[in-house]
Amino acid sequence: MSNAAEGEIVQFDNVGLRYGTDREVLSNVSFTLFPGGFYFLTGASGAGKTSLLKLLYLAQRPSRGAIRMFGSDAITLPRERLPALRRRIGVVFQEFRLVSHLSAFDNVALPLRVAGVAEREITKPVADMLEWVGLADRMHALPAQLSGGEQQRVAIARAVIHRPEMLVADEPTGNVDPDMAVKLLRLFEALNRLGTTVVVATHDVHLLKRVPDSLIMRLDKGRLSDPTGALRYPPRVPRPKGEAR
Amino acid sequence: MAFSLPRFVSRGAEAELIPQGRLSGPMPWVIAIMVALTVIAAAAGLAFSNTARSASDALTGGITVQIVNANPVERDRQAQAALRSLRATPGVVEATLVSQAEIDRLIEPWLGAPTAEGAIPVPALIDARLRDPVSGEMLGQLRRTLRDVAPAARVDAQSTWLKPVFSAIGTMRWLSIALVGVLAFALAAAVLLAVRTALGTNRETIEIVHLLGGTDRQIARVFQRAIGFDAAGGGAIGLALGLVVVLLLGKQFGGLGAGLVSSGALGWLDWILLALIPVVGVGLAMFTARQTVIRALKKML
Repeated sequence: MSNAAEGEIVQFDNVGLRYGTDREVLSNVSFTLFPGGFYFLTGASGAGKTSLLKLLYLAQRPSRGAIRMFGSDAITLPRERLPALRRRIGVVFQEFRLVSHLSAFDNVALPLRVAGVAEREITKPVADMLEWVGLADRMHALPAQLSGGEQQRVAIARAVIHRPEMLVADEPTGNVDPDMAVKLLRLFEALNRLGTTVVVATHDVHLLKRVPDSLIMRLDKGRLSDPTGALRYPPRVPRPKGEAR
Repeated sequence: MAFSLPRFVSRGAEAELIPQGRLSGPMPWVIAIMVALTVIAAAAGLAFSNTARSASDALTGGITVQIVNANPVERDRQAQAALRSLRATPGVVEATLVSQAEIDRLIEPWLGAPTAEGAIPVPALIDARLRDPVSGEMLGQLRRTLRDVAPAARVDAQSTWLKPVFSAIGTMRWLSIALVGVLAFALAAAVLLAVRTALGTNRETIEIVHLLGGTDRQIARVFQRAIGFDAAGGGAIGLALGLVVVLLLGKQFGGLGAGLVSSGALGWLDWILLALIPVVGVGLAMFTARQTVIRALKKML
């Protein structure tokens, strides 16, 4: 990638995605994400936000185009090496996707256990994280015993517990009250300040204004419009966090 | 970030990933039945092998000489002459004249107790043992030798009489081996079906673990362990059931008192082999589970 900017964490080049033989849900999507950036992905329902996030958290391969993540070609990367890349990403799924037979504690501990962290090093961080999201007294509850908002907080705690290099969140504040939404956003910002690249898909325009240093990607019918010009690939100039606005 | 060989540190946590109940169901009982049947089939195979080996050892160098003559005096004379001639023949290590009392005991079930008057003439019998296995050439030589001293002598290899029995025993032994093979295949098929069902039931969990960075090996290990526990429990029950049946059958056959049947008794090595069947079953079940899961996961991203 001779024309790639130095230090990009994600690079999409002319990416297209179609499911089966249907029309493309994403067309000619090109952008670059830099380490430490805070990005909002907006767009109407059906614009392709979730599909784009699926490509970002490696749940899907594109139909065409090139994707580089953490310096690796995500298209040609052998399947056995995908888990290592995925462990560098935290994901908040739109529908939470908590493991139904595991308690809130075990759901949050899951990424650490998958990564092989010793059990004695799991208990405290997980308990602290659950306390932070206000679920200290619900840590033994199963997902079915939690409200939608509580499930969402567990999902967020699970996504950030292992301090991922990139956090991808699909409508993370959709089911929580405004106070909790702000609190969660502050968590994302805190992670971002620690160096985590954050990508949040949302249609909540109020949320966009709460993170002053964020960049906005707007999807419209599967095409990416870049109101700031900061995300365009190849980038005209590498843009560190906050410079675009 | 360095890529280390992934594993779940806590065995408990690993086991929790897929709820055990969703995987086991009737599986331990299916495995118990398979193992019990395999133990019985293998025990039968081993018993047939022992019978064949024992009979073969006993009969390989054995010949029987019959002196067929209705005149008891002449019969005795030729029998003594044949006995002397056999003992003098190189390659014959032992020759014994079967006593009249023994002959009477052997034919009693068919002809009844012998009476002093008008007894049915029965051939005199010489039981001889050669140093080497009986060959056609050796038999021919013995016949020629005995023709001069005992014209009424008929020489036969003992193994010839039991050839159909050996053939039947061999068939039964192969049948037992085939049955063990079929049961192993059926066990693998049952595990494959159970794992596929469990994979379908737990698809959502597996996808989540994948997206969190879980590897195929980690997921396969969870299934492998769960099936391993099922197979170990089922195998122990199956072994116990199988051994009870084998012991009961052994007792019944032992009660027949027939030499050929009692020679098929299982030795300590045979019992160890039978005890290893559930261990092999557990290994086969775990291997099948692992292969099935790995193959299925390869279809996922």
